[in-house]
Amino acid sequence: MKIEDFQPEFAALPGAAPVWHGALDPGRLRPLCQDVRSAGGRLVALWGSQGGGPSFALHVAVAVQQGLAVASLPLEREAPAFPDISDIFPAAGRMQRAVADLLGFQAAHAADRRPWLRHGHWPADRFPLSKEFDGTRAFPPEGDTYPFVAVEGEGVHEIPVGPVHAGTIEPGHFRFSVVGEKVLRLEQRLGYTHKGIEKLFEAMTVEQGARLAGRISGDSTVAYAWAYAMAAEGVSGSTPPPRALWLRALFLERERIMNHLGDLGALGNDAGLAFALAQFSRLKEDVLRTNQALFGHRYLMDAIVPGGVAHDVDFRGFSRIIEEITELEREVPRLKRIFEDHAGLQDRFLTTGRVKPDLAARLGLAGLAGRASGQSWDLRAQFPCAPYDGLEVRMATHRGGDVAARVTVRFEELTESMRLCRILLRKMPEGETSTPLNPMQPAGLGIGWVEGWRGEVLLALHTGEDGALRRVHPHDPSWHNWPVLEHAVIGNIVPDFPLINKSFNLSYSGHDL
Amino acid sequence: MYKLIRQILSSGIKSEAPPAPDPGMRVAPQRLQQDILKHFGRALAIRHVDAGSCNGCELEIHALSNPYYNLEGLGIHFVASPRHADLLLVTGPVARHMETALKRTYQATPDPKLVVALGDCGCDGGIFGESYACLGPVHHVIPVDVAVPGCPPSPTAIMQGILAALSAGPSSA
Repeated sequence: MKIEDFQPEFAALPGAAPVWHGALDPGRLRPLCQDVRSAGGRLVALWGSQGGGPSFALHVAVAVQQGLAVASLPLEREAPAFPDISDIFPAAGRMQRAVADLLGFQAAHAADRRPWLRHGHWPADRFPLSKEFDGTRAFPPEGDTYPFVAVEGEGVHEIPVGPVHAGTIEPGHFRFSVVGEKVLRLEQRLGYTHKGIEKLFEAMTVEQGARLAGRISGDSTVAYAWAYAMAAEGVSGSTPPPRALWLRALFLERERIMNHLGDLGALGNDAGLAFALAQFSRLKEDVLRTNQALFGHRYLMDAIVPGGVAHDVDFRGFSRIIEEITELEREVPRLKRIFEDHAGLQDRFLTTGRVKPDLAARLGLAGLAGRASGQSWDLRAQFPCAPYDGLEVRMATHRGGDVAARVTVRFEELTESMRLCRILLRKMPEGETSTPLNPMQPAGLGIGWVEGWRGEVLLALHTGEDGALRRVHPHDPSWHNWPVLEHAVIGNIVPDFPLINKSFNLSYSGHDL
Repeated sequence: MYKLIRQILSSGIKSEAPPAPDPGMRVAPQRLQQDILKHFGRALAIRHVDAGSCNGCELEIHALSNPYYNLEGLGIHFVASPRHADLLLVTGPVARHMETALKRTYQATPDPKLVVALGDCGCDGGIFGESYACLGPVHHVIPVDVAVPGCPPSPTAIMQGILAALSAGPSSA
């Protein structure tokens, strides 16, 4: 499937990411999705928007051979509806339900039309992302009953978990149907951390929006800030200086290193090896302290701004990072060997929470978890934008699909990120670290597309006739992976759920928005 | 096993001295009697509640358990149920969807109890403020003893806040 196979009016969008955009007749959506699917492409994001005037549109982003194709479907103002594509791309199901909650656009004939992000705190006939909706106004809560799918049969019972969980994690509800210890079915209910992020963007300046983008999902602040900056730079036709791009990549790889270290420790701990948590959290803390010392923030929030970066690094900073990488290159392989030699740990990891490659392909498992189930997609390797185009990123993939595979992929990506950091430091170009942004183009669209540690983060930025932010849609890979987690736990025992869940480590806030 | 022990020995002891409590973070007058606080003192059970956070504050709460901060070394530990907790550590602007869960968690925590609100969002709503989706700061929903600002607050600041909630400092009433 190539861009030329779409309608001829699809045109390349300005910006760093390889994106084509065009209008699509709603009647052509399903055949197009089927073609993309059969050619090995996948759904990346689906969102709705309301124009400054009466224009309602649904936007569907799919990954094809050359990059990303974004199709915009004009919808009727009276009873806006669009063709359901959740049978072609299962991940679309929840995205369609979110569009119905936030904008009132219905996926015609979809099997599941239950509310998703709306928990009865705004009326069913009012839509937060419509232009008539006052985002500062609150409504009295309606009763909140959610029809979970019931599992019947002898000896089946339900275990409700959350939204407040036993560990220090984000809130969400899990409904397990079990027989004895064995999980027959898991049904998730999310949306508890819905903060109206997309509505907030619409009242913000481009600069204010950058700060908000960095707070969509705290553990992926670099990925989101970069995606936002990339989108804003695309719409305004601005090009950040080369050094800024290299620094952004350094920040992104440091975010990956930090999260992978944290997860490897937590995974060992969830399998009963507290030693792993102590060791990996020590290494993670070292990275965080270096970030604080060199870039003024432990998690690098606000380090990336539209037009460039907010921090440069000097010779002393270079040597501190190199020292830190040298230390990690010594410690991580030692810990990896201890993991591999530990029979008890491997017993918990192997075959647990398995998503085989064919199921992963069918459901559209994305990002790190996808790569552990044979889905070889990594933007840094496939659609590399500067500076990744000169780095030859080695993608980590595995076909095991179990917790062990997700652990292995983390170890391999950690090693690769350390290699990349060394190259980024060695070859970093001299020069400016930011450039003023040109004025935003009116009625424009910018797309940011960045491979965060969890998977690909997409950010779509629509401007109004005045060039201001009209609609901003940040899209987390967790949208794709939460539904697959429901499949990963089938047939496992309840006590393995925390381990399986951790091995995916999906975002709630990035998904609930 | 040999490799594991060798790794522990070569890492050495990383724990640092805990910070002093910061009474400036106290927002409510001391609600607990001094003698009760004395008993809480060094065996505090914390229940964390994410009421709508971006997950940044959670990362720093995790960091409290790393060998540098070693919160458990002070006898302070995290528990899985509010029924076992002395202190609620609440993050986020309170999302309206989390209001009921937060109130129920508060009710399920036995008296006497303490509440520490964490982060700029927990203190004043932060960048998310009050909206159709957010109720703003934690004190809009449940009583708060200590508020720790920051985006996210550093582990040291969080420890200072927890210790301030426990310390028998002068009442601000």
